[in-house]
Amino acid sequence: MHVTKDLVAASATPLVLGILAQGDNYGYAIIKEVNELSGGALEWTDGLLYPLLHRLERLGHVESTWDGPPGGRRRKYYRITEQGRAELAEQRRQWDAVVSALKGVWHATGHLSPREA
Amino acid sequence: MSLDEQLENQIAEWRGYMRRRRAVNETDVEELEDHLRSTVADLTDSGLRPDEAFLVAVKRMGSLDDLSREFARVHSDRLWKQLVLSGDGQAHSHRASRMDLLVMVGCAALAAIGIKLPELFGLGFDEGAGFYQRNISLFALVPLAAYFAIRRRLSAVFAGVVAALFVLGAVAANVYPLKDTSQSMVLTAIHLPLALWLAMGVAYVGGDWRSGRRRMDFIRFTGEWFVYYVLIALGGGVLTGITFGVFGAIGLDIEEFMASWVMPCGALAAVVVAAWLVEAKQSVIENMAPVLTRVFTPLFAVALLAFLGALLWTGNLINTDREVLILFDLLLVVVLGLVLYSISARDPLARPGAFDWLQLALVFSALIIDALVLGVITGRISEWGTTPNKAAALGENVILLANLAWTTFLLSEFVRNRRPFAPLERWQTGYLAVYAGWAWVVVLLFPPIFGYM
Repeated sequence: MHVTKDLVAASATPLVLGILAQGDNYGYAIIKEVNELSGGALEWTDGLLYPLLHRLERLGHVESTWDGPPGGRRRKYYRITEQGRAELAEQRRQWDAVVSALKGVWHATGHLSPREA
Repeated sequence: MSLDEQLENQIAEWRGYMRRRRAVNETDVEELEDHLRSTVADLTDSGLRPDEAFLVAVKRMGSLDDLSREFARVHSDRLWKQLVLSGDGQAHSHRASRMDLLVMVGCAALAAIGIKLPELFGLGFDEGAGFYQRNISLFALVPLAAYFAIRRRLSAVFAGVVAALFVLGAVAANVYPLKDTSQSMVLTAIHLPLALWLAMGVAYVGGDWRSGRRRMDFIRFTGEWFVYYVLIALGGGVLTGITFGVFGAIGLDIEEFMASWVMPCGALAAVVVAAWLVEAKQSVIENMAPVLTRVFTPLFAVALLAFLGALLWTGNLINTDREVLILFDLLLVVVLGLVLYSISARDPLARPGAFDWLQLALVFSALIIDALVLGVITGRISEWGTTPNKAAALGENVILLANLAWTTFLLSEFVRNRRPFAPLERWQTGYLAVYAGWAWVVVLLFPPIFGYM
């Protein structure tokens, strides 16, 4: 299954904030988690996660720190802020509204499920 | 070559491509490289050869163009030079920059000729001193606004708006019966340039005046234009002095020619030339203006704190002379300029540091001084009644006080990690409208209100 670009883009912010709400994380691990959560249905272009993270940081939803072993490669970790949690709660309310509306529609059109060709 | 070395080479090459993108900075590349390496490591663990893993990892990362476009969208401040320089491709930019040069020369020539036109109608620099004092900003800024209108391919609507503002300015400067020695005349001479400069800003941002980002670009432009103009003026001064000297050595007195032609025409043309330099040679000066703010912010902070300390220690009152009050107004404007400029040059994502504390100290002491000065002005007005000068000084102080107070609040929230930097940026860019509004009020309404005093 392939999820369209628009849906991927719309769900990106709550997904990232939600994953960060579970604990500090870095870009690569966030992408992996998204893949696992969606069973591979949400295909992100890996690189595009970073501009998104930077935008969330600029808005104050997340903070970042560079961390790493002395002498080794450093890695940039992201942490959700209080403001980010509030944003996540707000996004969740909106998504719940969308999902429950869709559920109603699915229920009403249940017998119209696409016929197998 | 071992497989690992080959991989390192490929990564180094990829890094090179990434770095060439102006929207992506060094730490972004580091972050992306970390991602690339993680992907490669995972893929080789699951059995791919390093070079295969590299190809897959690069593919998953997304195309460089998409990536740098997204980065540019988030970090448009890094890109402002590209946004203002029209044309993207190398091949195209060569022709574009030649066109640009022609437009610049045309507008600079317009400025140089414009200032000499009134003389055709018998209004030389000596007879028409008052006329020139009132209108100098029109002579200087009409060609500059024209330059940006052409450069930005300004739409007819916005070109009309800018032209209308300039006409309005010309009417205010010339239709009101202002005597050369009146206060209103001096106020117009000070405020009209500000009003017209901001009107020119509409052309600078290509009509997109609502955008906070574009306003910030305009603030940056203003600071750098100023640096360039001062540099050109210094160079021009040296050139004039030397030319004057060498002609003097062979017994020719060229003072008259220099004073009535070279200096006025050069000064006016330099307005456009400086703007063109800012646009074309971004990266040269870009590093200079932040350095200047870095140097002067601590110095001004120390000076202001010392002044406040002395004020407290001696218990002296601020002298209420007009010149002194103007001096304080000037000081506050400089402080605001420092703040504005360091905001415009700051990486919005950087964490609060010692410099931000310094800035907070600077803004806070300026706020206190402004409050004291405001007290003195109000005292003068209630004691002696109001004049255009006092009313203007009062208005300016109230405007600066409001700005400084809210800036202090936002900065203190920022240094304590309670708020990101963005609100401060938005506050300052939004405030430009207040300056513009006030400047027009002084130019248009003050003379009739105060009976052209």
